[in-house]
Amino acid sequence: MKDLLELYLTFFKIGAFTFGGGYSMMPMIQKEIVEKHKWATDEEVLNYYAVGQCTPGVIAVNTSTFIGYKRRGVLGGFVATAGMITPSLIIIMVIAAFLSNFAHLEFVKHAFAGIRVAVAALVIQAVVKMWKTGVKDAVGVSVFAAAFLVSLIFNVSPIYVVIGSVAVGIAISLLRARGEGNE
Amino acid sequence: MSSLATLALVAAEFFKTGLFAVGGGLATLPFLYNMADKYPWFDRTQLADMIAVSESTPGPIGVNMSTYAGFNAGGIIGGIVSTCSLVLPSVIVIIIVAKFLDKFSENFYVKSAFYGLRPAVTALIAIASVEILKISILSLDTFFATGNPLFIFNLKSLIIFVPLVFVVFKWKPHPIFCIIGAAVLGIILKL
Repeated sequence: MKDLLELYLTFFKIGAFTFGGGYSMMPMIQKEIVEKHKWATDEEVLNYYAVGQCTPGVIAVNTSTFIGYKRRGVLGGFVATAGMITPSLIIIMVIAAFLSNFAHLEFVKHAFAGIRVAVAALVIQAVVKMWKTGVKDAVGVSVFAAAFLVSLIFNVSPIYVVIGSVAVGIAISLLRARGEGNE
Repeated sequence: MSSLATLALVAAEFFKTGLFAVGGGLATLPFLYNMADKYPWFDRTQLADMIAVSESTPGPIGVNMSTYAGFNAGGIIGGIVSTCSLVLPSVIVIIIVAKFLDKFSENFYVKSAFYGLRPAVTALIAIASVEILKISILSLDTFFATGNPLFIFNLKSLIIFVPLVFVVFKWKPHPIFCIIGAAVLGIILKL
């Protein structure tokens, strides 16, 4: 029970300080899940996030379910997700009910312009960390460069990037396995 | 329409959205536009405002938008029903995938797939950071309008950004401190 409460509260905190899409939860996940609670390694988080890209639903929710499941099974998956969405439920409904002009208030605009700058800095740091975990050799550098350029220039859906990189990963591994078999 | 029937519709629509919107919160947008056209819950103009609110409040954008939409459709219960319906398919799918991965984590193909995926996902987040850099510290519109290279960067944002990057990399503070600090600075500097 104490474990589940801790899981809920941790994801509540992550949900309350994620501003933007799934990418913006990475700094919070790295800090809370990897460093503080040690519920998952950097590599596992990267794997979960990758799966979250190509499975249905909101990426942040998918990642939460994954970590919750790993920690406490099916119930953990539900509890982590509940924690992640609770702040949104509360905050959005309060705003929808009482502050319909919220997004247009001057100080809100200024605060969020500031928050976006912080998110930019934090996500850059998250990318550097992910690079150290996920890009280990020349193949990794090439896949990164290809995925980056294709997304930047052609603005393709992340799903194609995911499918392409899975294909490359398997093809390279098969070639290597065959190379070793021949030696 | 009775409110129970509305709630059932809300649940069905958001379950469908959660099941078929692949690729993150903004992938839910086409589904919401479709709902705006089909139901009297909210119209496209309100939707634009809902997106603005979802982007400037804590929480994943997809979850925020579904809560807002559900609230418009059926009050507090509507908001809870819509968001729970939205996340239910992912929770089920992820639990199945997680079970599969537990079993096959040492499988050759699974390992090879992740070997290719990890750098690709790193690139996707790098792209996301480029996008937020563009909207947070660049002011390209003013630059193109005036042609003055002084306007490439939004100077006030840069005043926050440069020390913040230094602090983030040097002392690795908790992201919460950075976010609150930057919000306060944003208000003080009228960013």
